[in-house]
Amino acid sequence: MVRVENLTKRYGSFLAVDNISFAVQRGGVLGFLGPNGAGKTTTIRILSCFHPASGGSATIGGYDVFRQSIDVRRRVGYLPESTPLYPEMRAREYLQFRGKLRGMSRDERTSGIRRVAERCWLGSFIDRPINQLSKGMKQRVGLADAMLHDPDLLILDEPTIGLDPTQIRETRNLIKDLGERHTVMLSSHILSEVEQICDQTIIIAAGKIVATGSPQDLRDRFSEQGRVVAEIKAEHKDIEEETRKITGIQQVTLADANGWVRTTVSAKAGCDVREDLFKLAKEKNWALRELRREGATLEDFFIKVTAEQQTVRAQ
Amino acid sequence: MGIICTMARRELGAYFLSPIAYAVIAIYLFAAGLAFGLGTFANSAEASLRNLLEFWMVLILVFVLPMLTMRLISDELRSGTIETLMTAPVTESQIVLGKFFGAFAFYLVLLATLAIYPILLEMYGDMDYKLLFCNVMGLVLLGGLYIATSLFFSACTKHQVIAVLASFFLLALMTFASQGLAQQFDGAIRAALQQLSVRTHYMDFVRGLIDTNHVVFFVTTTSLFLFLTVKRLEMQRWQ
Repeated sequence: MVRVENLTKRYGSFLAVDNISFAVQRGGVLGFLGPNGAGKTTTIRILSCFHPASGGSATIGGYDVFRQSIDVRRRVGYLPESTPLYPEMRAREYLQFRGKLRGMSRDERTSGIRRVAERCWLGSFIDRPINQLSKGMKQRVGLADAMLHDPDLLILDEPTIGLDPTQIRETRNLIKDLGERHTVMLSSHILSEVEQICDQTIIIAAGKIVATGSPQDLRDRFSEQGRVVAEIKAEHKDIEEETRKITGIQQVTLADANGWVRTTVSAKAGCDVREDLFKLAKEKNWALRELRREGATLEDFFIKVTAEQQTVRAQ
Repeated sequence: MGIICTMARRELGAYFLSPIAYAVIAIYLFAAGLAFGLGTFANSAEASLRNLLEFWMVLILVFVLPMLTMRLISDELRSGTIETLMTAPVTESQIVLGKFFGAFAFYLVLLATLAIYPILLEMYGDMDYKLLFCNVMGLVLLGGLYIATSLFFSACTKHQVIAVLASFFLLALMTFASQGLAQQFDGAIRAALQQLSVRTHYMDFVRGLIDTNHVVFFVTTTSLFLFLTVKRLEMQRWQ
């Protein structure tokens, strides 16, 4: 669907995107994750044919974004970060206008507007002037516009920025839904968002791709030490002795917590010792009140990447 | 063609929803009325539009048309809607022509309000309709050039005030100053400046003369500014 090869973009002497390559398959949601200023918006603007690249090439559905720009634009729905709209128009008029710009016939526009109004829950707001709509409603109008011509690829730049928590949840569900019919590419600097809605992730920092894969892959790759926490009622000595017998366990630390023993064990990468711990407790007849895997290690990685970017940019 | 029409209709519609446009219309009607009333109904003045069209109307258009045109591209640059517009399957030429014709259509509406003056004159004497046709043609061509010039400056900056000031300056220079400047030079420069004087080209239409030389002047200069606007928008992509 999308093929990017050695893409580079310079603004003067500033290298915004540095020789990146990736490919996106048809269907599903791709998350473009990175700290602010990493080059996400720049890449997206090149793919949506707003800015030309300084070097390299990008094709969408086989069409070159620079040489066959109009063909690409027909097949792409793009929602820029700030959701720019014409404030004096009514949402329906705006969608009509955008449909006409894309060369849709009257019937296509009517059915298209009905479809996107339903999917984006525009409801009765569709006949209100855009300047009277809330930020969240405007975002939906922008999204409705991007989907109006049923594009092969939807590009959304920070689609949940500036929304309240309920709207964020609704938008995320909508995007997940869209991923079933369209190919969706979205950018975000919020890790948990990408983890929730994306099938594939590209992490970008300082204009370079630092990692690609599904959120699960990335989590596994960067959580080298799978840590498990268990709260057990037993003697320290016994716990220490018995848990060390479980295969894959590297380190055990114990701490008292209101009469319970908080046991933190580190296992080898790819080793899930939760089941073993449960069986052990059952066998020894120990009371077990908590057993969980210490997550969010992708976040640690993300923070590390962000810090690295800052040092690179500072140099 | 369809897209140019769509763009033009949106712009025309936006005028009727814009408070600034109504303020500008009010100023325009007041100024034109004042110039006509004081000039034509003065003692021993001739019952014609000549007084209004020769100077006052040109002056009014130098101020009014940039104010009506400044928003067209500037506002898109400021609000970021240029990004959705330029990522839709439309070319820069279609955008520029659409906006030009939108403003031009609104200008024709403004011109239509002037119809009250020939009607008034008809009550006091005989209107020369062939002359009126030439006058209208002159105003249409003049307005087209002014809109194209202002549109170019509108594409240059996201600050509408800068766009409008630059347009005032260039239009005043082309219209009123180039004749005076020409007197300061000799030979080729003088001839060139005289040729560039918009008012010189426009005056024959007021007198009732349609000279292809003047028509070609207006059409080519208007096209030149539209071309520059397209190039400016193309450059915008690279920034």
